[in-house]
Formats: sequence, structure tokens, C-alpha cells
Amino acid sequence: MMKADIPVIEALDLSKRFGSFTAVQDVSLQVEKGEFFGLLGPNGAGKTSIIRMMYGFSPLSSGNMKLFGLDIRTGWREIRSKIGVCQQENTLDPDLSVEKNLLVFAGYYKMSRKKAVRRTDELLDFFALNHKRQAQVSQLSGGMVRRLMLARTLINDPSLIILDEPTTGLDPQSRHQVWDKLRDLRSKGLTLVLTTHYMEEAASLCDRLIIMDRGRILVEGNPEELISKYAGASVVELENPGEDLKTFIREKQIRHEELMNRIIIYTDDSEGLGKAIRERFCPEKCLFRSGTLEDVFLRLTGRELRE
Amino acid sequence: MKRFDLSLLFLSVWKRNLIVYRRIWKVNFMVPLFEPLFYLAAFGIGLSGLIGDVVYAGQDLSYIQFIAPALLATSVMFNAFFETTFSSFVRMYYQKTFDAMLSTPLSLEEVITAEIVWGATMSMLAATIILFIISVLGFVVYPWGLLVIPLGFLGGLAFGSMGMFFTGIVPSINMFNLPMFLVVTPLFLFSGTFFPVSGLPFWGQYLAGISPLYHLVELTRLLTMGIMESSPFISIAYLTGFALVFYFLAIRAMRKRLIK
Repeated sequence: MMKADIPVIEALDLSKRFGSFTAVQDVSLQVEKGEFFGLLGPNGAGKTSIIRMMYGFSPLSSGNMKLFGLDIRTGWREIRSKIGVCQQENTLDPDLSVEKNLLVFAGYYKMSRKKAVRRTDELLDFFALNHKRQAQVSQLSGGMVRRLMLARTLINDPSLIILDEPTTGLDPQSRHQVWDKLRDLRSKGLTLVLTTHYMEEAASLCDRLIIMDRGRILVEGNPEELISKYAGASVVELENPGEDLKTFIREKQIRHEELMNRIIIYTDDSEGLGKAIRERFCPEKCLFRSGTLEDVFLRLTGRELRE
Repeated sequence: MKRFDLSLLFLSVWKRNLIVYRRIWKVNFMVPLFEPLFYLAAFGIGLSGLIGDVVYAGQDLSYIQFIAPALLATSVMFNAFFETTFSSFVRMYYQKTFDAMLSTPLSLEEVITAEIVWGATMSMLAATIILFIISVLGFVVYPWGLLVIPLGFLGGLAFGSMGMFFTGIVPSINMFNLPMFLVVTPLFLFSGTFFPVSGLPFWGQYLAGISPLYHLVELTRLLTMGIMESSPFISIAYLTGFALVFYFLAIRAMRKRLIK
């Protein structure tokens, strides 16, 4: 049995190199039982590389990776029997029906026929796919494909699931439905690792997250902490700021970012600066909002395009 | 991860292919059933009038009787080769089926082994169907003829492994034309299939001896008609060795291709 004090995931000085290119460098992280953990970063930051090392698909270049206290190098088969992985691309089997996708996958886990059938029924119910049981994968909508991918991820009743961009390309309805299902699973004690490009998703689902760039971890913390530390409680956005405002900001040493013809001011409302700016510099075209994880992400990883 | 990791779990992948096959088995069945019939009609009936009898292993055989076992053997080759090239490539590259499998307790060796064994199963099935056809024509001596079925499996492992090796190295699916044209077609034509190798000059006989299909054709003639021109032990050893070498080459190529 797993002791409560063994972390579900323990990565130490993890590195992944492809020839002379370093995709992941000296990353250490730990995920506790029952935690929802987020991996954020721009394209090419090394998120998928870390995930592939987590489930023993990519060999580590250096460092250590343990899941449930087992070394991934030697215990990969046992580890994989206890986890579920939802890859970025659609890897459903297009040669099989919805139902058979789950039943056949159960076979890869040596599950008995009886248990596989029961589990398939439960999951088709849970993800509202019962009416599509006999359909071919090609007949499913994008949202249904994702739900079936998630159902398949859960077929072996895993205690950890690893999701690589689970809601990319979904409409808001489908996305919220996926979130609801994941929250439901959290209440049942599941541990989850997730990568995403949607900051709102990370903020609403993750207990703790890291933001990475160029193979390294930039920050780690829970979403609220990170927002208050790196973005501030409230944000003011202005178009075409005047010189007087810029001077004011510099004098008061307020955190801000100057973009092409826009300025973003991160304020901590305790000093009433937001109010001052509103009254003195904001006759029109001024947006007041609270700080978000997206502000944190963009401040830390910059705004230039990556690919 | 161990260098080589294989357990019986590979059967779950084999079963996956069986489930897919059963969905359209009626169509799948047609090819090995009708293809040899077309060949037998064209070559056996059409050409045998021009050719007359063929002397093979000291016996006079009608041309159709001569080529019937060879058509069985070539069908074994084509079935396994197609399965582990085009079909496996589609599963690997377009459908990402292997990627999904490699997130479960399956090892790479198990996935690849299952594909090759599945190809061999297709070969065995084709061998069985054609055995039935040429038995009806009276070209098979029983009970030895039944051994053609396991022989079809062995031949399938050899050509399936070779196909899987190409799947591990081709950059795109169109590139299979190259091994088809440079390997499979010459094997098909020059392995004692349509004319006896004993009639060739020495270098031709030598070249035929390297061909795995030649050995499969020889063994098929032995098991169906009781005669062959070479040694059955050498042929079995050659086919087994060929299968083993290409099996390990295929695993190595696929590891290099898939594991990043």
C-alpha cells in the first residue's frame, strides 16, 4: 500500500536533451496525493517532454523520476498500470467503435472482461457518451472526442491522471463540461497533472502550478499567490497613454508594461493608486480589471512569439 | 527501461487487430481467395498450353501444378508484408495507435511483436484458404499438406519482420514503393515461382538461394507434393534465421523511430 507521505510524483534535477538542444534542464518538482498540478509555459517550454518522461515514454537524459516511490526506469510497467495518460493529439482508435475503444484499451491493462464491461458502462455514463456507444470515432464532434479520450484515460481506475492540453480546440460549453468532470474526479481523491495554454483553466483547476520557459522552471506556487505577487490585485489598461501619466507612473514606481500604444499598470489597490489613475488620467478608454494568471504568464515569459 | 522487454501482454494488441479484422472479414477474405484463382486461371490455363510440362526434381509436372504451391507461398509473403508495411504504418503514423498503446503497460517490443505476429496470422489464413483451393484441384497430398498452415505462419514471421523493418525506416508511406520494387517484386519473380531454379546458370541458382521466398516455395512444394530440389532443413533454418535477424532489426528501427 502507498503510504500517505510518499509523493505521487517526485522529479529531481530532470533534464532532457535532443542532441545539442536542451528541452528540459534541471527541473525538480513534487506532486502530492490529491493535488491538481499545472504545468504552464509557451510552446517549446518543455512541458510535453516532462510529461513524456513522467509516463516512461521518453528516457531521461539525466536526473531522477519517481512515481508512487517507484523509479520510472525500472518500475515503468507497474507505474503505467496505475496512471492514465491523455495525450495532446487524438489517439483514439478510428478502426473501433466508441465502446470498443474502451473495451480494447482495458485489455492493454490485463483487465478481466467483466470488469472492463462494467468500467466501460460507468465511463460512458459519466461522460455522457452512452448514446454514441456504437458510433465510429470519426462520427464524433471535437468535444465528444475529448470526452472519450478522458474516459479512456480513466479506464484502469488510475490514481493519477496526466493530461496534455485536454481542452485545446474545444468550444466553451465543452470546455466547461470537461472542467466540471475533472472537479468531480478531484472530490474522489484523484491526483492530476495538467498542461494547458488556457490560463483561466489553470487558475480554476490547479491547486499549484509551475510556469516554465526554455526548459526551466520560472515560478511555482498556487494561482492566487502568483497573481498577487506578480500581477497585483488590480490592473488598469489604457490606450495611447499621455506623457503625464507615464511620468506619474515612473515617479510613483508603479509596476507597469509599456506596449506599442497601450500601457498596462499593475496596482495594489491598498494604496488607492487605481483610484488616483482613474480620476486623473482616465477620461475614457480605460479598462479596470483584476489581475489574472495571464498577466503573470505574460510578464514572466514575455510577449514575443516563440515559433 | 530494459533493453528488451517482452511478455504475453502482446496478445492484447494482436486481439485488437483481430477485432478490427472481424468487422470487415468478408471483404478481407476475398483477396486471398480470389487472387490465387486469377493467377491460376491466367498462368495455369492461359500459359500452360504454350509451356507444356515442367521438369521439377526429376518429375514431369503440368505448369499449373508447378506454380500452384508457389502461388500459395507468394501469397504468404504478400499478406505479411502488406500488413506490417502499409497497415502498420497507418496505425503508427496517421492513427497514432502506437502512441496510445505506449502510455499503457505495453512495451514497444510487445506492440511491434504483436504487429508482426498479426501479419503472420494473416499469412497463415491466406495459406489455409489457398491450400483449400489447390486441394480441390487435386494438387495436395495429405496429411503432410496440413503442415503448410504452420509453414505459412513461419513464412509470415519472416516477411512480416522484414516489412516492419522497412516501416521503421521509411520517411513516408509512399516510400514503400522502393522496397516493393527493389525487394518484393524480384523475390516474387525469381524465387523458383514461375520457372524451376535448377534450369538457371550457377549464379542464378546462388541468388535464388538467398531469397527467403525461394526457401518458402521449396518447402511448400515439399509439403504439398512430396518433392523438392533442395534440403528441407536448410530451408527451415534459413527462414527461421531470416525471421530472427529482421525481427531484431525491426525492433531496433522502431525504437529509434518512436522513442524520443
